[in-house]
Amino acid sequence: MKNSVFLLCSTLVFFYTSCAQDPENQVSDPSSTPFEAELLIDEMQIPWGMTFLPDGSMLVTEKSGEIVHFKNGAKTKVKEVPQVYTRGQGGLLDIEAHPDYANNGWIYISYSSEEGDEKGGNTALMRAKLKDNALVEKQLLYKATPNTTKGQHFGSRIVFDNEGYLFLSIGERGARDENPQDITRDGGKIYRFHDDGKIPQDNPFVSKDGAKTAIYSYGHRNPQGLAKHPETGKIWDNEHGPRGGDEINIIKPGANYGWPVITYGINYSGTPITDKTEMDGMEQPFHYWVPSIAPSGMAFVTSDKYGDWKGSILVGSLKFQYLERLVVEGEKVTDREKLMAEIGRVRDVKEGPDGLIYVAVEGKGVYKLVPKS
Amino acid sequence: MKFLNILLFLIFCAVPTVQAQEADLEESMARGEAVYMDFCVTCHLENGEGVANTFPPLAMSDYLKKNREASIRGVKYGQQGELTVNGVTYNSVMAPMGLDDSEIADVMNYIMNSWGNWSSKLVTTDEVEAISK
Repeated sequence: MKNSVFLLCSTLVFFYTSCAQDPENQVSDPSSTPFEAELLIDEMQIPWGMTFLPDGSMLVTEKSGEIVHFKNGAKTKVKEVPQVYTRGQGGLLDIEAHPDYANNGWIYISYSSEEGDEKGGNTALMRAKLKDNALVEKQLLYKATPNTTKGQHFGSRIVFDNEGYLFLSIGERGARDENPQDITRDGGKIYRFHDDGKIPQDNPFVSKDGAKTAIYSYGHRNPQGLAKHPETGKIWDNEHGPRGGDEINIIKPGANYGWPVITYGINYSGTPITDKTEMDGMEQPFHYWVPSIAPSGMAFVTSDKYGDWKGSILVGSLKFQYLERLVVEGEKVTDREKLMAEIGRVRDVKEGPDGLIYVAVEGKGVYKLVPKS
Repeated sequence: MKFLNILLFLIFCAVPTVQAQEADLEESMARGEAVYMDFCVTCHLENGEGVANTFPPLAMSDYLKKNREASIRGVKYGQQGELTVNGVTYNSVMAPMGLDDSEIADVMNYIMNSWGNWSSKLVTTDEVEAISK
């Protein structure tokens, strides 16, 4: 009892001092915001991913294993969705329409799947088309192996770049010492595919013996945000660190992002993972958070609808339950703003084709940020 | 004398039972700790302290002590809506973790006997199985 009180106190002291150490890690409360948050889609439990279709409708995943089609103000449950392995952080996760959806109708879905012989599950990527409110022509494009009953770190964000390549993140599945640094194993990686699931011949490890050739970058922990930079076209991620050490990274082919060899975080228990925050041959993050905000979802603001927001990065915070705006100047984060304070666990954020920001919040649903005129 | 013999006999019988129960609890807690470190620690943290106004504490939680069945139900089927723990009201979502009944029994035994919590009655797989939505 005395011990636990002591531990609790020392944890709190550590937490607050680590907060104070790093002034660039302060988040500010803006006195006014250029939007009103309007709850567009209500009564959702864990809206994990969302995408926009050309007819103005939206598809939103519910982690428990549903896809909601939101059209003209009404919700319809999509039928024939993939069977998910519901355990821990697993479930029906991201969803993304093909950039040329208007012509080919492909929808991409990531989820935790039991496919395979071993007990447990791992992250899978599927594509399918929507017909008569059901998924048809389903094709399994990738399934990470091996299965494991571990509950954490499925990753699962999907994004397309300007050349039409599909990027998928898969977290290290709770095997930090086995997966992220080993390119012959799945997990702790960002993958690159052609839109039909084939592996591009110029992927960085195609000629490496035994490598998983879909790998594009490695040394990741659990990336739950992926976004395309509007000007450079490069893919950026955000990923959960352990306690402290959440990161934003610019993804480069063949690069090693260092987990768990280098990190700005520590174990949940407060013990160190490593004393190294940098090393030759490993990438430094573009930005890191101490303490962790538990980032999920990521979007660049490209529209002029929200005052001076253009060029900012938006990231959801699961832990502190707000939407964070990171102001970027050159290669640096110069300010961090807390938006939608105490709204709930922010799971995903996207800029829609209409230039408006949409925010998925656990226990609530999907908010539209309506610009103040 | 005869009475004393009976008493001694009873004590001898009772000691192994108590010891067996303690061993059961210890083993269950050890398995439960592994479950906790996988599924719970991200939000409720290492010492069950939770996060102020976001994730309720499990350490010295009055809710846990008074609502054994509802606590097990929350782990088994998920939890949503308002919940008051140690005088603070929380309103968040905990998704069902997909644990099997024996894992839920183990993690409950770990939580209910750690960080200042103490429970006199072991949570069994049967007890978890019997709790419906």
